[in-house]
Amino acid sequence: MGQTITEKILARHSGRDEVRPGDIVMCRVDLAMANDVTAPAAADAFARMDVATVWDRSKIALVASHFAPAKDIASANLMTRMRSFALEHDIEHLFEVGRGGIEHILLPEEALTLPGDVVIGADSHSCTYGALGCFSTGVGSTDLAAVMATGEIWLRVPESLRVVYSGAPPPWIVGKDLILSVIAAIGDDGARYMAMEHTGDTLGYLSMDSRLTLTNMAIEAGAKSGIIAPDQTTFDYVSSRQAAVGRHRDWPTLASDSDAAYASEVRIDAASLEPMVARPSLPSRAVPVGEIEPVRVDQVFIGSCTNARIEDLRIAAHVLGDERIAPHVRLMVIPATQRVWQQANAEGLLDLFAGAGASVSTPTCGACLGAHMGVLGPDEVCVSTSNRNYVGRMGHPSAQVYLANPAVAMASAVAGAVAHPAEIRPDAPNLVPELVVG
Amino acid sequence: MGRAWCYGDSVDTDVIIPARYLTTTDPAELAEHALEDLDAGFASAVQAGDFVVAGSNFGCGSSREHAPVALKGAGVGAVVARSFARIFFRNAINTGLVIVTCPELVDVTDSGDEIEVDLAKGVASNVTKNQSFQPEPLPDFILEIVECGGLVEWVKRRTNAA
Ligand code: SF4
Repeated sequence: MGQTITEKILARHSGRDEVRPGDIVMCRVDLAMANDVTAPAAADAFARMDVATVWDRSKIALVASHFAPAKDIASANLMTRMRSFALEHDIEHLFEVGRGGIEHILLPEEALTLPGDVVIGADSHSCTYGALGCFSTGVGSTDLAAVMATGEIWLRVPESLRVVYSGAPPPWIVGKDLILSVIAAIGDDGARYMAMEHTGDTLGYLSMDSRLTLTNMAIEAGAKSGIIAPDQTTFDYVSSRQAAVGRHRDWPTLASDSDAAYASEVRIDAASLEPMVARPSLPSRAVPVGEIEPVRVDQVFIGSCTNARIEDLRIAAHVLGDERIAPHVRLMVIPATQRVWQQANAEGLLDLFAGAGASVSTPTCGACLGAHMGVLGPDEVCVSTSNRNYVGRMGHPSAQVYLANPAVAMASAVAGAVAHPAEIRPDAPNLVPELVVG
Repeated sequence: MGRAWCYGDSVDTDVIIPARYLTTTDPAELAEHALEDLDAGFASAVQAGDFVVAGSNFGCGSSREHAPVALKGAGVGAVVARSFARIFFRNAINTGLVIVTCPELVDVTDSGDEIEVDLAKGVASNVTKNQSFQPEPLPDFILEIVECGGLVEWVKRRTNAA
């Protein structure tokens, strides 16, 4: 019997010819990542493990993202602990504010996560990197410390869930709408413990930016990982990023065998989708935007590792055009990385947002986790391009968060209520996917 | 033996310990805010040895290890659930919070019932309702980590043996 791409990657990293779902394997890790929330606890656990130093200083990335720039003294302390750990062990990839951004957008840009890799991140959205065709998953700080100490991790080989998308996505439909449809179809734990493998002809229409959104939200269905087998889009993206940052490493082209076994399959007819909006307070409560009741919006957040790439900002800018933000709405735009910020700036997008009455900030997770830069008060309503609308996620437990793609978010900011982008702008944008900044 | 605190499905790590408290890693401080956004009365009334009893997908969401640490810090004897989200499952094993997968016990338990769990014997009981069940056993490999007292000791043993 054949193997899935996930099984092939895990077999190659555990010195076996093949692995099967349910096997527990010790896997070699190609990149370990932690952020300012998880790195300090990982550093503490590492210290208790009694090993002299990290297994490989060039395979660890530490990223200041969640509370960066430090929002208070306690978060400054967290970043100091992360920084001193990096210095002590001479960690090669430490990304400070102003030179980094949100890890899940940053590391692919940095060509640090490549097809065929095993990537372990102390952040649940580490499943994002799977868009490049690697196995990547999120763990907690102690697991990450063990990886930093040994270069290995124990993993239970996951069953795979195959998602098959068919047809050309209609105007306004991006990765966010596809993945929200999947989560609505299978539920918040519909892919629990599984590898969510995205397949089908629709992928051929999706930029790498959109694909990264697909894999980003695997965890919102409980999945261990999300993955897309490498194709020409992957090849073009990876080679252009490797060239841009001058970091080269060979990578294998792996794909699932035609007779590989899947635990289940979900079919999504992409050609008939409408933009999706997830009602509070679960991502699985997603419905077509047309079915959403009239909701007056207090805040719109265009940011996060889900939808703050250059494509997302271009879409938002296209919807905005020469409109202004509704007077009662606060719009926060937070580009995901320094490169995205610079690119958006060069294209005049940041000026456009600011001129229309938006707040534009330096890259950070910020409002996504209710940390800073736009925390919601009691009963406030927010449309967010992020991935989680759980109770209390963005601030007060009574605040209500609707998840949507960037076009719906911007349309809602202009209309002052949840809106279909076509209400503001009749034509959808032509997307130019690449990130030009080196 | 301890009292049951019952909750529903998909209790996520944002309600177990909200992000606004993630600037500390101190178990006692985290414990003061455990489950605050789901049940404001929990942290002040929970007693050492009490049980959190929940539905499916317990601990979904963020990878914050602060979640099992907060519950353990609050004195929770074990979390009994229909199922656990995978990162929470790993984090609980790694940090020594006892977790028990036992849908049958969840089915019969109401808040305030007396619960008893004996992992060595493989029994989880609702004493109030006088019913006992067999929780799902942990794979041998994971038991090895539990028996070491968590992942730190397990790694130490492995690296010293190597
Ligand atoms: S943007 Fe939000 S979901 Fe993404 S890593 Fe940051 S806090 Fe997590």
